[in-house]
Amino acid sequence: MSMRTPLGKVRGLGSAKEGTEHWWMQRLTAIALVPLAIWFVVSLVALIDAGHATMVAWIQNPFTAALLVLFLGAGFYHLKLGAQVVIEDYVHAEGLKTASLIALTFACWLVALVSIIAVLKIAFGG
Amino acid sequence: MANTSRPLSPHLQVYRWKLHMALSILHRATGVALGFGTLLIAWWILATAAGPDAYNAFHALAGGIIGRLVLFGFTFALMLHLLNGIRHLFWDAGYGFELATVQKSGVAVVVLAAVFTVAIWIGGYYVAGKI
Repeated sequence: MSMRTPLGKVRGLGSAKEGTEHWWMQRLTAIALVPLAIWFVVSLVALIDAGHATMVAWIQNPFTAALLVLFLGAGFYHLKLGAQVVIEDYVHAEGLKTASLIALTFACWLVALVSIIAVLKIAFGG
Repeated sequence: MANTSRPLSPHLQVYRWKLHMALSILHRATGVALGFGTLLIAWWILATAAGPDAYNAFHALAGGIIGRLVLFGFTFALMLHLLNGIRHLFWDAGYGFELATVQKSGVAVVVLAAVFTVAIWIGGYYVAGKI
């Protein structure tokens, strides 16, 4: 016998207020990252001894640039979600936990944006 | 809620280590390690965007034997996390909870992680024309 109100059922968000968003986004980014991460790490190994010009030429390929942006976007989102769970599990002092989660969110957004903008700068540059 | 320190039920001193336990904490540990590795990746991309001088400075550090070892470790951590992650996705879909299957899939994750790591490095060197 469900104790949910009709409005609650319609909204589908549950008592945590955001439903299964975190859970699903973690899985979605994980699935996207399976091919993206494999492609990326193979490329990294192939480019170990590459010079600057080779790197720039590689990133200026539109396909490469697109995959890099997708990898960075999905990767940092997945990272943020995972690290959030780690912090929630191990940090119990409420103030420190909140501060850590805020710092994590901001850091992920910052590094993700900087990296993506760097890729685009190279891709659109001469 | 008061933050009084409450005793933790002993677990590490009590339970014998099994593969599924090790893989569970390794999934988290590799995840954290990969998170830090991603910062190095961001540095690499930023160095490339900044120009040849910045790139060469990064490459002087990263192109040596230490850099290669770090990248190899990163690859292995990635493969462990990725393959165990797929194992988790099967569990999410409701498959593979039988004990025998859990054991077998765990062994497969470790073995395939090693195989994929070597394959990726051979593949990368092949793409670069070194072999």
